[in-house]
Amino acid sequence: MKVGVVVFPGSNCDQDLIYVFDKILGQEVVPLWHKDHDLQNVDFIALPGGFSFGDYLRSGAIARFSPIMQEVIAFANKGGYVMGICNGFQILTEAGLLPGGLLHNTNRKFICKNVYLKAQTQNSLVTSAIASNQVLNIPIAHGEGNFYAHADELKRLNDNDQVLFRYCDAAGNITEEANPNGSIENIAGVCNASRNVFGMMPHPERAADAILGNQDGLPLFESILKMVNA
Amino acid sequence: MRPNSNIRIKLENNNLTTLETAKDLGLRPEEFEKIKEILGRTPNFTELSIFSVMWSEHCSYKNSITWLKTLPKDGPRMLAKAGEENAGMVDLGDGIACVFKIESHNHPSALEPYQGAATGVGGINRDIFTMGARPIAQLNSLRFGDPNHPKTQWLIKGVVKGIGDYGNAFGIPTVGGEVFFDECYHVNPLVNAMSAGIVKVGETVSATSHGVGNPVYIVGSATGKDGINGAAFASKDITEDSVNDLPAVQVGDPFQEKLLLEASLEVIKTGAVVGMQDMGAAGIICSNSEMSAKGEHGMRIDLDKVPTRQQNMLPFEILLSESQERMLIVVEKGKEALVEAVFEKWDLNCAIIGEVTDTKRLQYFMNGELVADVPADDLVLGGGAPVYQREYKEPAYYQEFQKFNIHDVKEPEDLKAVAQHLTNHPNIASKRWVTNQYDSMVGTANMVTNKPSDAAVVSVKDTNKAIVLTVDCNSRYVNADPQKGCAIAVAEAARNITCAGGEPVAITNCLNFGNPYVPEVYWQFVGAIKGMGEACTKFETPVTGGNVSFYNQSSDEGPVFPTPTIGMLGVMDDINNMMTLDFKQEGDLIYLVGESVNDIASSQYLASYHKIAASPAPYFDLDKEYETHQVIKQLISNKLIQSAHDVADGGLYIALLEASMPNQLGFNINSDSEIRKDAFLFGEAQGRIVVSVKPEEQEAFVEFMATTETEFSLLGHVTGGSLLVDDESFGSVQDAKSTYDNVLHNILGE
Repeated sequence: MKVGVVVFPGSNCDQDLIYVFDKILGQEVVPLWHKDHDLQNVDFIALPGGFSFGDYLRSGAIARFSPIMQEVIAFANKGGYVMGICNGFQILTEAGLLPGGLLHNTNRKFICKNVYLKAQTQNSLVTSAIASNQVLNIPIAHGEGNFYAHADELKRLNDNDQVLFRYCDAAGNITEEANPNGSIENIAGVCNASRNVFGMMPHPERAADAILGNQDGLPLFESILKMVNA
Repeated sequence: MRPNSNIRIKLENNNLTTLETAKDLGLRPEEFEKIKEILGRTPNFTELSIFSVMWSEHCSYKNSITWLKTLPKDGPRMLAKAGEENAGMVDLGDGIACVFKIESHNHPSALEPYQGAATGVGGINRDIFTMGARPIAQLNSLRFGDPNHPKTQWLIKGVVKGIGDYGNAFGIPTVGGEVFFDECYHVNPLVNAMSAGIVKVGETVSATSHGVGNPVYIVGSATGKDGINGAAFASKDITEDSVNDLPAVQVGDPFQEKLLLEASLEVIKTGAVVGMQDMGAAGIICSNSEMSAKGEHGMRIDLDKVPTRQQNMLPFEILLSESQERMLIVVEKGKEALVEAVFEKWDLNCAIIGEVTDTKRLQYFMNGELVADVPADDLVLGGGAPVYQREYKEPAYYQEFQKFNIHDVKEPEDLKAVAQHLTNHPNIASKRWVTNQYDSMVGTANMVTNKPSDAAVVSVKDTNKAIVLTVDCNSRYVNADPQKGCAIAVAEAARNITCAGGEPVAITNCLNFGNPYVPEVYWQFVGAIKGMGEACTKFETPVTGGNVSFYNQSSDEGPVFPTPTIGMLGVMDDINNMMTLDFKQEGDLIYLVGESVNDIASSQYLASYHKIAASPAPYFDLDKEYETHQVIKQLISNKLIQSAHDVADGGLYIALLEASMPNQLGFNINSDSEIRKDAFLFGEAQGRIVVSVKPEEQEAFVEFMATTETEFSLLGHVTGGSLLVDDESFGSVQDAKSTYDNVLHNILGE
């Protein structure tokens, strides 16, 4: 699998994603510079976390206009696999590739901590290898991660099995207390209707390296490898 | 190139200054005389402004350098020693070096907590990457007044958000720090920020300037009117008039800083850079003079070529502006295109503003007219900047504090109430309200996220090494006894690094004190330096630099506790040597390594439960402490212990609780009949470490300990969650954790 990691000015998780794909998963990975138009024949595109263009406006609102994003959008519309993590998720919603939007956390603060997640479907590229009762301990780090979708959209997401992850407690219960940022229905990640574009606020790349004492993010990457290489 | 006589006459007749102006700019009468002597004439306003900032305490260290020079600064690992570059550089082995430094942003944070703290983070990181190192970890040390006071809450919320917003967007994890509350910081909070970066040996850049005709670039943000005279502002007491200094506070832009980081590291790779220095305190003039003095050259600068945010900025404003996110770069002539391409790629300003000359003078032109002409060397520390010996005098309180006797303090009957009091105290309780607002994990190198440890352990990618970092200073101890208290701060830092499995290698310091012209304050400073020197010599941790922040005192409330914050760097050659602080399993044995002492002096317990401020520093024996650390190192490398946690604020009880909470375990211990039980549980005698040992390793552990001179005692064992002392229940770990975790939330809100 050849992975492209988009680098916007202000991206700061790009190297972490590259490290996981390259050093831990042993895949070919190339950075895709925001000013370029060449996707270098990648099989999978990842939009990393960070503060693209400073995120002084709404998060992701400027990055979607980057030259590379024109190509990413075309790639996704042709069925190519695109995944956004944290700021990458925000950019994909701004670009209209994913439904919903990300609001300020309800406590109006940046929150960085480990949270628990449960996959809500196995019918996706990023969750196919995750058991439905498996509780994953994955960090979040964001100020605007409060997922919102209006009622019709939310119904479509649920009806079409587009919710990838919900926040839960250590025992796997999806409760209000386990919701770190106010996301509607505890939603932590979604995919589009065609199931080729994915977004999530938690950072699986921060839970992939054994030396950090937490590899709960690995099943997610293994799902991707299994499907793309299949 | 010297100015011709016509220009020179114009310079002299233009806006000549008086002693009054000099005083207004914070200069002393004798300093004004010295400036006239250096120039051979009366300075104009621009020149006087230059001297006023460069000779401010903040830039010149004029009231501290005599004593700072007594500190140990040599060591086998030192690649850049104190005063040589923007930050200290330490050899980690295998061609890797660590650049690290701590700096204060106290005065700006007192007035404008958000921007004050944010720009503190920005400034310290620029000190690291201006040397070519990529920052990989940040820490901070924060001190505030009573957290229940509305003004303090405004300060805490602003400072924490400022640090978070800047550091999070910049994308370097905040991996450690300390937060301490005491009334003495009510007017003057302390905001100390530390950063550490990694660079390959031989790929660093120096803050120097040479090569006649080489172009001088300013890159990064445009220059505005923010932060003018900030260094001078930081060099005086805070009074009600300080509100007029608000324009001296700078405004930060972490996005620009992130771009500047990437562009700066990329431009070094071109091989075109002669020297580079960031612009922080005292702006362009500081970088120009320090680089020129170091490289023994001069500069000719056209101020009208500096990109500005406002129109019609005056020469002194451009020179002194502390606008953030800027760098000065001297480039090898002929390689301009290589440099400009990098800044073009990152969409950053990049302008040639002058060139290197052989005059050793700094000559500033505005629209072709010479507006200032000063010798570089006379502006800087180690050159012509003044150096003062200050008077000092032992304050009356010191002897009073020494008279303290534990027998005069009645032992409380209900020690569970004391335990509850401490668990519920903001100085002891969890700081997660603060730390969860910082991105502590970006960079995927922070090894303590899931493995709590006494110090931050940050892996160095593509090696098997980690750097180990901590910031420590119990300022109550330093106030009680500056010399001993500061030695304790160094020892505690070394203890934390050692307990995490690291080897202490060097320190950086942030010396926060009151007004140096007050002899009793200066006595605290001198004592602290002596204690730091002794302890750093013992631990073989040279002082690589840092900063001095005097004038942390207000007109009505006096000085803050003397607070010499120690930022220590340790190295771990093999990340598998990492040690954690948490109890692992029910049934493991709990030992205390180090001596139990009948001492409650300067403890949190004595200060807040008994409300007794007059007591000396706690028990401390530097030689024994050092020996204990060597023992702990061997226990870790021989894999004889499951956990190691030092006994610090709150004493043994709190240390045991902290070791219990991560895995929801508890402890069952017995006290020592020879020591008062309150001292045993809550005293803060130094040099003690709680370790846990698997039952099957007990024999090997005891055998090993018997070969050492260090005292040790069996305290008890790890339980499934109950907290027991002498068979008396102190509650459950769940209840204690629920209290401990929510103290700051209850005070500060969600």
